[in-house]
This record gives sequence, structure tokens and C-alpha cells, in this order.
Amino acid sequence: MRRLILALAATTALTGAAFAETSIIPLDRATILVGSPFDFKVELDGVHAQDAIAISVNGKPYAEVFGKAAEYVAEEKGKEDKVLGSALILRDLALATPGTYAVEVKAGDESKAVTWEVYGTSAVPKAKNIIFFLGDGLSVSHRTAARIMSRGMHDGKANGRLAMDDLDRMAFIGTSSTHSIATDSANTMSAYMTGHKSRVNAIGVYADRTPDSQDDPKVETLAEALRRTTTKSLGIVAKSELEDATPAALASHTRNRNDKADIVEMLFDVKPDVLLGGGSAYFLKADVPGSKRKDDKDFIQIFQDAGYKLATSASELKAAAGNNTGKLLGLFHTGNMDYELDRDFLKKGTVEKFPDQPGLVDMTRTALDELSKNPEGFFLMVEGSNIDKASHPLDWDRAVMDTIEFDKAIAVALEFTRTHPDTLIVVTGDHTHGVSIVGTWDDEKDGDLRDKLGVYDDAGFPNYVDANDDGYPDQINPTRRLAMFSSNFPDYYETGYPKMDGPFEPAVKTDDGYVANEAYKDAPNAVLRVGNLPRSSDTGVHSVDDVVLQSTGPGSEAFKGYMEQSDVYKILADVFAFGTVQK
Amino acid sequence: MTGTIINRRSCLAGLSAAGLSLTAIRPAAAATSEITFDDLYASFGVLGLEFSDKVKTLTGQTVAMSGFMAPPLKAEAQFFVLTEIPMALCPFCSSDADWPDNIMVVYLRRRQTFTQPNQTIRVTGRLERGSWIDPDTGFVSQLRLREAGYETA
Repeated sequence: MRRLILALAATTALTGAAFAETSIIPLDRATILVGSPFDFKVELDGVHAQDAIAISVNGKPYAEVFGKAAEYVAEEKGKEDKVLGSALILRDLALATPGTYAVEVKAGDESKAVTWEVYGTSAVPKAKNIIFFLGDGLSVSHRTAARIMSRGMHDGKANGRLAMDDLDRMAFIGTSSTHSIATDSANTMSAYMTGHKSRVNAIGVYADRTPDSQDDPKVETLAEALRRTTTKSLGIVAKSELEDATPAALASHTRNRNDKADIVEMLFDVKPDVLLGGGSAYFLKADVPGSKRKDDKDFIQIFQDAGYKLATSASELKAAAGNNTGKLLGLFHTGNMDYELDRDFLKKGTVEKFPDQPGLVDMTRTALDELSKNPEGFFLMVEGSNIDKASHPLDWDRAVMDTIEFDKAIAVALEFTRTHPDTLIVVTGDHTHGVSIVGTWDDEKDGDLRDKLGVYDDAGFPNYVDANDDGYPDQINPTRRLAMFSSNFPDYYETGYPKMDGPFEPAVKTDDGYVANEAYKDAPNAVLRVGNLPRSSDTGVHSVDDVVLQSTGPGSEAFKGYMEQSDVYKILADVFAFGTVQK
Repeated sequence: MTGTIINRRSCLAGLSAAGLSLTAIRPAAAATSEITFDDLYASFGVLGLEFSDKVKTLTGQTVAMSGFMAPPLKAEAQFFVLTEIPMALCPFCSSDADWPDNIMVVYLRRRQTFTQPNQTIRVTGRLERGSWIDPDTGFVSQLRLREAGYETA
């Protein structure tokens, strides 16, 4: 290791460059759908004359293989006009022949070589429909907790099964990003929806070195491939803002997931047939109170002008479902929709302001009803967004209740496949959280918080009751409850009790970083846990652990063993035969 | 460099406003209207929020409001965001976070040190209403307190 560092230091000293290197985008080992448009970029560390840069593909001049020449940029500029080096950019390249492409760049003393695999697909689709369930942050512990909380357990066996427990095939999925083992919801969903890995915060692009967030080399998204090659319908359902990273990844291209106003426009560009979720603030023009746009584009009007029926509440969704316009926009919150625990049970969060929000089950059912009208089939993405949103602030009760809701939406889809067996269902997470169940909290145990934590034999079974058989515990706070912890956390007060007054906010910012939120200091049994994360971390972070993907239906046999997130797209593309233009 | 220009501009704006309303502020100080986060909007809806009558009536007047200072964009920022509850997430820093609907943006009359977010503060300033984009940061706000000052509660 020391020798490696010395070697690096020597190289750095010789070239005078700080860790920069020649870069070819798409990166080495990229897998590229045949015929799909993507941007090619070469970033050189030094400034080179155009005729001093030689690029070959499989030993031939690149322009001969690619069919056109790249734009030459003598000096790319970084922040404060810092010269980053020369670059070549070729937009909207598409490779029509599957195979291996060895790309080599030489310029002065710089050189770089990468190899891409351009893949074809089945000539005909293997399934008519795909329903892709994405539990944001969905980890093994969420599933286990949902099963125990929803179905109960006695004598060591679960009293029932979740819908997702009965999917036929599975794979372990690696979620890491192009510049880090760690990852976020942008690059992960982007890998599922484009077949290309990317960098934290990036969607539908490879991250380049220039500051502009929307000039980065693009790759084709699933929605774009669907529109380019098929006449199938497209549905996007989420409990988050529709312009949040996961739903955005079906159709957007940006280095920065926070470009939410632009993402709304990018979603509009692919005209999803059904678009249901939160986030209306970025649809409203700037002068409307509640808007988060900076321009006067009124996307409520723009969608309606394009033939969309608008629904803004559960009752309007029900009414709109019967109409026959074929296009449905449902916006049920200015921001993220409320947690299931708040929406249906505690009425906390923002439920008072938005009292008639539909749940994920209703949205999924409506989307399936609408999309299945297309005889050519559809792709539907359903996101259980709030599993992640509750896991960050360590609010496990809300995370598990949203997992149960997510599972009930999967049950609706499985029911749909009984009459539509030509449907592939995929259920997966985009990344994991470091969450684990260790036992139970028991109010009837004497002593302080640690004395109330039952482990091993003392944990017993929790006493949640579901008398009305709706799949949710009737009370979230019975006397013996699941005890869940995160492996990583900021300073916070552990209370061992559900947060009945509203979503948990574990830490607040000070000049010295995040400290425990004093609002929980005086809760019964509260104990300060000194954080183990960097002080700049406001909440729990994503973990690097594998995600478990499950699948059922035609094409699902391809899921097995360990796969990279980007490999999943290859299977989806094969199932829909994206390699062949079918319209 | 840019920071200097903005500072001067804000400073000039502050001075001229102070000059204009110098006589108005002092007698009015005793009668400053209190406004709370619950008072800001008459209704919340997917298609927009509606300002309350109280906000409409008090626009342009000096009001006082209590809340928490959200983590500032940068230490030298000319404005901060006043929130109803301490912000657990920092929307300026975290890609997973966004602001709640009912925030108040506060432009200080003169620079003051930022407080700890756990601490309740009482801000007094001239209430301004309507969509506005901060030229320095691009931050969009609907309600602002201008020429404001605050004290810890």
C-alpha cells in the first residue's frame, strides 16, 4: 500500500496534475443497448491540439466506426475558469452492431483505453408488460419487520407471508456508484433505468468534470427506449415528489438530482401515460404561492393542454380513473406524500393540510386499470418512496408501515398477473440502509431503556394486533414492539417508542455539525446516543450492502446470483426486445 | 468579489428603507403585530397555497414572528430561513431534503451572528409578500421579512 502511494505521488509530481486523468465516457466495461443513443466524451488532462489527439475504435479511426466526428474543445473550463484540459464530445451516437468495442485515446504523453460491450436483445418481446417495484432503501430488515408486524409470528414461524415473499426468482444486486462504493437514489435508479452506472446525484448521464449539471454525457433512459422502439404505455407512480431522483430516473438527464424544475420538463418530454405522486410545487409557475419554480412555466396547464386529466386528491383520482382520455396526471401533495402511518392512522405530518391523499395501493390499481387499456402493453414503475424517507431519520415504525403498504401494492400487481400472465414483475430496492432488528422493546420490563430491550430468548414475540385484518397493526404502540437500530447514526435521543406526534427528526444542525434534537430529550426513557457518523451527517446514511431483487413472470429466469444494478436494465431491455424497433 | 457587491447593495437597500421608515418604526414598535406559522396561509392545496387575510393585511408592515433559524446557505449569507420546527435536514446541503411549504425568509437589516438551530428566536421585520428570487442564490420565496433583526427568546 505504501509503495502504491509513493508511486502515485511520483506520478503526480511528474505530470503536475492533482489526481486528474484521461477519461473516456462511457467508462470501461460499459454495457450499451444496441441502437440506443448516447454521448461519447474524451476528457484529456492536458491541452492538446486537435490533430494531436488520436482515437481508435477496434483499431480503426473512431469517426469511421462512429460515422461522425466529435466536437473538439481546446480548453474545458472548471470553476473560476480553471483550465481542465482539452476534450472531444460526440452527442447522440448510436451503435447498430452488437459486439466488443475497444476504444483507445492517445494525446501527447496521455493515453487511455476502455472496452464497451454493445448488446442486442431478443428479437421479439418475452412479456407484454413489466411492473417494476422499487422500494427506496428497501433492506432485508424492512421486509422481516413488515412480515412480523403485518402477519405476526408464533412458535418461530411467520403466521403469514408478504406478497413479495412469493416471487419466484431472485438475485443479489450491487449498488455501488462510479466514483464510490457508496451510492444514492439518483445513480442507483439511473443504473436500473439506463444500464449505465453513474456517480452520486447523477441521473441519465455519466458525470463529467465541467460544472454545468446538464452538459454531462447522456445515456438513453428506459422511457426514451420505450418510446423509440415500442408503442407501449408508460406509467410512473411514487409517493415522493415525481421529480425526486427515483421517478426522475425513468426519463431525466442531469448531473444534479436537485434540478427538479428541469426534471418536470424532462418527464413531460416522454409523456408518461400515467403519472401519479407528489411534488406539485415544481409544476406550479413561480408566482403561485407554494411554487418552487423560478420561471413562469405552468406545468399543470402544459400537461392539461397535452390532453392529461388532472387529479389532486384520492376522490378526484377515483373519478378520473373512469375517464377515457388515456392520459392521467395525479398530483396529491406539494412535496412528498405523507407516510402511511400518518395518512391512515396518526394523522400527523402534513395530513391536516393534505387530508385526501391516495395511498400507494390506490395509485397502483388506478395505474394498472389505465395502462392495461393499451393492447400493446405497458411499463409501470411503482416506487415505495417513503421507506427510505423514514429510514434516514431512523423512524423505523414509519419505514415499516410504508413497507407494508408497498407490499400491498405488489399484491395488487400479482392479482393483475392472474388475468395478465404475460407480465414480468420485478421487486427490488435501489440501495440499502444499515438497519437491523435485534429484539423487542417491552414496556412491562422494569428499569431504564436498556433494561426494556429484550434480546435472544428475552425478546419473545411482539404483541401487535391486526383485528380488522387490513394487514396493518391496529396500534403501532402495543406494549412489546420490534426493536430496530441503524448501524450508523448522528447524535440522537433513543426513546424505544414510536414517534406518535409526527415523523422523527433525530438531529439538528449547529455550527459544529449535527447534534441531538432536544425535542426528544424529555421523552420517557430517552437516552442520548452519541453519533458514529461524521458530524456533517444529518441523518442515517445509505449502506453499501447488496439489495435483494425478486421477480416473477416471463423473463424472470434471467435474474440469478450476483448482478450489477446496470445488468438489470439489460434484462428489462431483453424482455421488451428494445434491440428491435417494433413500431 | 460578488459578495462585496451584494453586501453593499443590501446595505444600501437597508439604509434607504431605514431612512424612509425611521419615524414609522419607533412609534409602531410597541404595536408590532405578532404573526405565527399557522397564520401564514389560509389554505394549502396541491395547486397552490393561499395567503391568509392576516398576511394580506399586514403586508408592508412591521411584524414579529418566532421560529427556528434553519442552517444558513453560507456563513456570510444575507438571509436565512425561519422555520416552524428545527430543521433536521439541511435542504441547502442535502440532496434528499427540500423545504417545507410554510417558511419565512429573513433578510437582516445588518449582519448578526447566526444562532444554534435548537434555539427559538423572535424576528421583527417588514413583511413582504409574493414570489421573489434571491439574486445571489436563486432561492425562491413567497414571504419575507425585510430589514429584519432578531433576538433569542
